[in-house]
Amino acid sequence: MSLIAEDIRVSYGRHEALRGVSLAARPGEVTAVVGPNGSGKSTLLGAMTATQPYRGRVLLNGADIASAKPWELAAQRAVLPQASRLAFPFSVIEVVRIGLHSGTAGDRAEVPMQALARVGLSHYAERSFHELSGGEAQRVMLARVLAQVWRPVEDGTPRWLFLDEPVSSLDIAHQLQVMEIARAFARAGGGVIAVMHDLNLTALFADRVAILAAGRRLAFGAPAEVLTDDILSRAYGCALRVSAPPPDGVPYILPHAASA
Amino acid sequence: MTAIVDSAPRTRDRLSRARALHWILAGALLLACAASLQVGATNVTLTDLLAKAMRGDALSQIERVVLLDIRLPRLAMGGLVGAALAVSGAAMQGLFRNPLADPGIVGVGAGAGLGAILAIVLGAFLPAWLLGLTGNYLTPFAAFLGGWGSTILLYRVSTRHGSTSVATMLLAGIALGALAGALSGILVYIADDRQLRDLTFWGLGSLAGASWAKVLAAGPMIALAIGAALMLGRGLNGLALGEATAAHIGIDVQRMKSVAILAVAAATGVAVAVSGGIGFIGIVVPHLLRLASGPDHRTLLLNAALLGAILLILADVIARVVVAPAELPIGIVTAVLGAPVFLWILLTRRGLVES
Ligand SMILES: Nc1ncnc2c1ncn2[C@@H]1O[C@H](COP(=O)(O)OP(=O)(O)OP(=O)(O)O)[C@@H](O)[C@H]1O
Ligand SMILES: [Mg+2]
Repeated sequence: MSLIAEDIRVSYGRHEALRGVSLAARPGEVTAVVGPNGSGKSTLLGAMTATQPYRGRVLLNGADIASAKPWELAAQRAVLPQASRLAFPFSVIEVVRIGLHSGTAGDRAEVPMQALARVGLSHYAERSFHELSGGEAQRVMLARVLAQVWRPVEDGTPRWLFLDEPVSSLDIAHQLQVMEIARAFARAGGGVIAVMHDLNLTALFADRVAILAAGRRLAFGAPAEVLTDDILSRAYGCALRVSAPPPDGVPYILPHAASA
Repeated sequence: MTAIVDSAPRTRDRLSRARALHWILAGALLLACAASLQVGATNVTLTDLLAKAMRGDALSQIERVVLLDIRLPRLAMGGLVGAALAVSGAAMQGLFRNPLADPGIVGVGAGAGLGAILAIVLGAFLPAWLLGLTGNYLTPFAAFLGGWGSTILLYRVSTRHGSTSVATMLLAGIALGALAGALSGILVYIADDRQLRDLTFWGLGSLAGASWAKVLAAGPMIALAIGAALMLGRGLNGLALGEATAAHIGIDVQRMKSVAILAVAAATGVAVAVSGGIGFIGIVVPHLLRLASGPDHRTLLLNAALLGAILLILADVIARVVVAPAELPIGIVTAVLGAPVFLWILLTRRGLVES
């Protein structure tokens, strides 16, 4: 039971966005994908969620996603896109309910409100989604995704969250809140794949980190192994300094001027 | 945490309001039907007939004909066409992710019209056995094909990577409408006198020619299309977040789109074939319903069918009484009532239209 991507290749016309990337993610862990703009992170997420035509193979809980029906995949994983636009004036709670089948009985009926409470927006349930700020809208979308795979393990099978930059438009408190939610989902037995830009949050919350650059995987491993001066500076093409002070030894990354 | 308790009951409000609306509209539809049977060119009225029936008197031959062969088929046709136009409007708006998409406005109606005209004019050249086989269905079916072709073309032209450009859609609709109009114009030259008369009556947009034969020809296809469209609720809700997200929540997007396009084309095509150009129902009805009970397609589509039927039946009543004993083409009535509402939508469209 895991997520395995083997030798994923994606081309947009003549532009090769992914040139053979492999990745294995385990349930119970947060797997982060980092890398510079345009390195292929969203494209990789798109391939792993069957959003994007690709060459290679993706196995979700042991089954090839290429031959799975959309509703079979939807029961096993939810996807938070990097940006979403809503076409009609749905209310916040209606947006959270969109993925769900109507008429689910018992505790399921309460899931959307619980998901909204989880991201701290239950008092916004009746607001029009179009009136929300960018960060609020992003958190509502996270609530929608959470509601879709509310139980991290269903019938002994782990479920998966694919998050494309879940914290990019959030303030620091909500960045932490959202990363806590992702980690809690993983600790409860689900799997999380998160595309990240903030390397310090990645170091704090990720169990494994894949670093992409120019459509290739530059490194893959525990944060302490791959978040190093050398690898990061090569990936991003700028001077970065990594420290990992005691007591917990979590790396933190600071930019410093190339001349220093 | 109290917020959860506070808002949970209100949350169910919009949905339960939409569900209550099902029943309210169903009741209003009955009233509209009664009104439609009540008035007409002759002074036969439903209330008189009911009183007669209560007393146990038999209906006269004239009353029988007026009620059963003139007003009832006309009522049935009006209800079917109104429901078809409103549902295809709502489904098309969901499909194009845009509240301004209406089969009449974006040229699908014109495409269907071209199909109908082709059938009326060139149908005469078909071999007799084929004509006998298709019978009354030829014109509705040709209109369906015309509507289908133009919907697919329109979708191809205006949708890139799953998102639809409003401007492209409207401009493509103008082009489609112009093309269909020009081709129809050419056909008019080929038409003989009898066909010309058919075309003129048809083009005015009227329910005046309604008969049981026409209702039977159009009814099943319209009912099927409406039935299919009513299944699209969850899928269209998902599509509101874009094609990728719709797929992520488990919707077979390609299949859903094909069903939506077929249903829109069939409903619009057949409605156009039997009633000519009746505008604005498809855009006004869903818009009013979204204001009243929100954009959730699971309730919107059914409510649109009901309200569309009501409005068209009432518009037909108006068309029959304002200049009695003559009558107005119903397309004029819906345009007079609908065009201002459409303009008002454009004026207040903040938050309604993407980009
Ligand atoms: N639809 C598309 N058509 C053509 N090229 C594309 C398309 N989508 C992405 N690309 C290109 O593919 C490359 C990878 O894009 P991708 O969106 O995966 O980057 P990313 O790593 O997610 O970047 P960011 O950090 O900016 O989100 C980029 O060079 C981009 O220009
Ligand atoms: Mg990206």
